[in-house]
Amino acid sequence: MTIIKWRPGRSGHRFDPFSEMQRLQREMHRIYDTLTDSQEASRPAGVYPHLNITEDEDNYYVRAELPGVNPEDIEITTQDNDLIINGERKIPLEGEKVSYHRREREARSFRRITSLPNHFDSGKVAAVCKNGLLTITLPKAAAAKARQIDVKPA
Amino acid sequence: MSDKELQVRDKRELEGEGERTKPGPVFVPAVDIFESEAEITLLADMPGVASENVSIDLHENQLTVSGEVGLLTSDKEEYLLQEFETGTFHRQFTLSDRIDQNAITATVKDGVLRLVLPKAQKAKPRKIEVRAG
Repeated sequence: MTIIKWRPGRSGHRFDPFSEMQRLQREMHRIYDTLTDSQEASRPAGVYPHLNITEDEDNYYVRAELPGVNPEDIEITTQDNDLIINGERKIPLEGEKVSYHRREREARSFRRITSLPNHFDSGKVAAVCKNGLLTITLPKAAAAKARQIDVKPA
Repeated sequence: MSDKELQVRDKRELEGEGERTKPGPVFVPAVDIFESEAEITLLADMPGVASENVSIDLHENQLTVSGEVGLLTSDKEEYLLQEFETGTFHRQFTLSDRIDQNAITATVKDGVLRLVLPKAQKAKPRKIEVRAG
């Protein structure tokens, strides 16, 4: 279940009902999508990285934000309907004579496993990492594609 | 899960702060800021932002960094799972040192902005000669 953060109006900031409404609207859409979607996996998992999964007629697309991750440090494995993303985010040292004011970025390894709703052609899976955004394209297996069946008159 | 693994964190959404001309969510990028004798360096996580979509503005001591992420999906795609949203990254800082504005450099690699802000040369002490009139 989605938990909506309550944001009290802070003094000094004008309360903007329109942006609040927009935010609420987006939140409602998300909750609605979560409730109506029969997929078990539509709750965000507490595992890095967050994933977006979409589909069109021919492919599934899995996207993840991986800023600062060298594409060489990402390993993608498939098994049946599962997709496994392994990797490590490295942050190089910046010399000894620097003093840090803020340090919010973390360097660590990650592992995320997700299931696609149907079979994909594991031999044709392609992955591109551009500007820290990973896109994995998984062509649907012939059996998973929607097919229109003609009804012939008897 | 071992504590060595990267913890997932929700993207921080920007609150308050004026009205924007573009609709859509605005996120606060995670940053590292460190300082050496000669310069201040800022690293900001902005996944999906291409170098041409980054804008950096330094006005007086106010540094503003923002980046736009375009639409990721095509019209034909339908969402099965959405755990993150994309939009604009935006963050503002107040700098305490004087910066040499002409020597600022910015690069983007793998969705991380690296901004190097060289400190301005401090006014050197000057000896003023008093000449006899």
